[in-house]
Amino acid sequence: MDLFEYQARDLFAKHGVPVLAGEVIDTPEAAREATERLGGRSVVKAQVKVGGRGKAGGVKLASDPQDAVEKAGQILGMDIKGHTVHKVMIAETAPEIAEEYYVSYLLDRTNRTFLAMASVEGGMDIEEVAATKPEALAKIPVDANEGVTEAKAREIVEAAKFPAEVKDQVAEILVTLWKTFVAEDALLVEVNPLAKVADGRVIALDGKVSLDANADFRHPEHAELEDKAAANPLEAAAKAKGLNYVKLDGEVGIIGNGAGLVMSTLDVVAYAGEAHGGVKPANFLDIGGGASAEVMANGLEIILGDPDVKSVFVNVFGGITACDEVANGIVQALDLLHSRGEDVTKPLVVRLDGNNAELGRKILSDANHPLVQRVDTMDGAADKAAELAAAK
Amino acid sequence: MAIFLTKESKVIVQGMTGATGMKHTKLMLGDGTNIVGGVNPRKAGTTVDFDGTSVPVFGSVEEAMEKTGADVSVLFVPPAFAKSAVVEAIDAEIPLAVVITEGIAVHDSAAFYAYAVKKGNKTRIIGPNCPGLITPGQSNAGIIPGDITKPGKIGLVSKSGTLTYQMMYELRDIGFSSAVGIGGDPVIGTTHIDALAAFEADPETELIVMIGEIGGDAEERAADFIKANVTKPVVGYVAGFTAPEGKTMGHAGAIVSGSSGTAQAKKEALEAAGVKVGKTPTETAKLARAILAG
Repeated sequence: MDLFEYQARDLFAKHGVPVLAGEVIDTPEAAREATERLGGRSVVKAQVKVGGRGKAGGVKLASDPQDAVEKAGQILGMDIKGHTVHKVMIAETAPEIAEEYYVSYLLDRTNRTFLAMASVEGGMDIEEVAATKPEALAKIPVDANEGVTEAKAREIVEAAKFPAEVKDQVAEILVTLWKTFVAEDALLVEVNPLAKVADGRVIALDGKVSLDANADFRHPEHAELEDKAAANPLEAAAKAKGLNYVKLDGEVGIIGNGAGLVMSTLDVVAYAGEAHGGVKPANFLDIGGGASAEVMANGLEIILGDPDVKSVFVNVFGGITACDEVANGIVQALDLLHSRGEDVTKPLVVRLDGNNAELGRKILSDANHPLVQRVDTMDGAADKAAELAAAK
Repeated sequence: MAIFLTKESKVIVQGMTGATGMKHTKLMLGDGTNIVGGVNPRKAGTTVDFDGTSVPVFGSVEEAMEKTGADVSVLFVPPAFAKSAVVEAIDAEIPLAVVITEGIAVHDSAAFYAYAVKKGNKTRIIGPNCPGLITPGQSNAGIIPGDITKPGKIGLVSKSGTLTYQMMYELRDIGFSSAVGIGGDPVIGTTHIDALAAFEADPETELIVMIGEIGGDAEERAADFIKANVTKPVVGYVAGFTAPEGKTMGHAGAIVSGSSGTAQAKKEALEAAGVKVGKTPTETAKLARAILAG
């Protein structure tokens, strides 16, 4: 989960990374008091999970509380690269910035370790620095068990050639930033810019944090950080039912078991769709290995509730789960939906293969549900589902 | 022959006495796996009966190895306890630890992987978030259905469980030397490259099927490895062409970040290394079939 800047700021502050004062608001009028609390001047910063907001006009200096209200009014509701601004941070105005640096910790998948990145050329897009001036970006592996000690922090500071007068401050920040990274189970913590201001202090002026959803079990407090307003309603409904669902922009609803098979199903449907007016998959939905009737019903309910869906492709390979159980699940799911008062009118194409496939297919044939068609190969079933979606 | 797992393998199960562990221990025994014990400190000294096969429970991996000569551990330990269970297996220097558990925090998997490296890589880790591995007709360490296919000459390595089953099913008449599910997490122990190297060295493997998916650059690096080191034919499949950027697709590691980790880039890298890449699982199986038919 990617966080907003103000949430990153709060986590940095919690773990001792120096930040400027700020608070988040969602109405222009609230900018007045927030700015008064900061002594009468503020920076109004759009809170969107996308880079380049400064260039887009999403960061403005307010010279007094009334000006802050006006600037907040301009920024709230603004569209920045497809992201609507619902919140702004009213931040303390930074003393004059002397230099801008960059520091981050992230997972290095390639080397299966953590990585510290640091540069004295901060303030701009770090991917650009990495591409155009790779020598200006120091990359130091960090052992997951040893972490960033003071000595390690000094190694990073030296590698990135921080100026002598800020070395101590940056090293200390690197240690506290590592604490943030570990304590919050983050996949990324990034400070850009890490600024040296006129009075000599080094401060985190903007930051990004991405959290590991797999670690939610030890961070119940992270649930509060979720941006529920931005979540797609179907994704939110699926999440509430414990389903692994991603909304896409096509017309063929997809249900399958296992992440890889479902990803593959999306691709196969997209290929098949090329011959049927370009129809595409409408979603990713992995119901997992068990595929009980209840889970199948919950999944079908989400998918049939998507107005974009014209047909549904249920693609199951029976591994440990037997296909007869899955077939019973589908039949029961349709009954269950019927009894819940759902008006099921979209055609379903079902492909069952693997463990007890013959039995499962027979159950579907015997049930003879008017909306259910059996196609016994994955490619053939994808083609049929695409054809049905295109015909609607 | 086979890779990583044979009928000689002596297997213990960490987390055997939990519901998932019980279910799959029974299935593994049914596939002929030589399961010599379970590990649970709270139930040490007891035995568990699986349809007449009595399996002893030990207090630690170390004790289980000492008393049984176990050389493989399969872990069905819940995510919150997985890190300490894997560290225990590494400390005991068991040669192979197969981590089935899904949902382990990256800080935990990065920590136990780093620990295994620091301890001299005496323990090969497969997974986490994987279905394990099977050598048909010999042994099954994990949750791959044992009755899909038979022993044969195809080696399979895959990030995905169900695509592993699908591919084994498509090619069930030819059979497999071993099939290894390496898992869909961002940090995994055994990589495509490790399995490719082992299949290249395995005299009974004549063709290798490699299944990848979006996220990271493991497939690209595997392509480089194939180009330089693999003489056997390799057929590939990559899932996730239609996955949108920035969305996690079921597996924690299956995410396209910016322009990196795309299925297209992986397919192109594999093709540049001479790997035939199928558009669908079925087409991939056909490519394998055609190569084996000469």
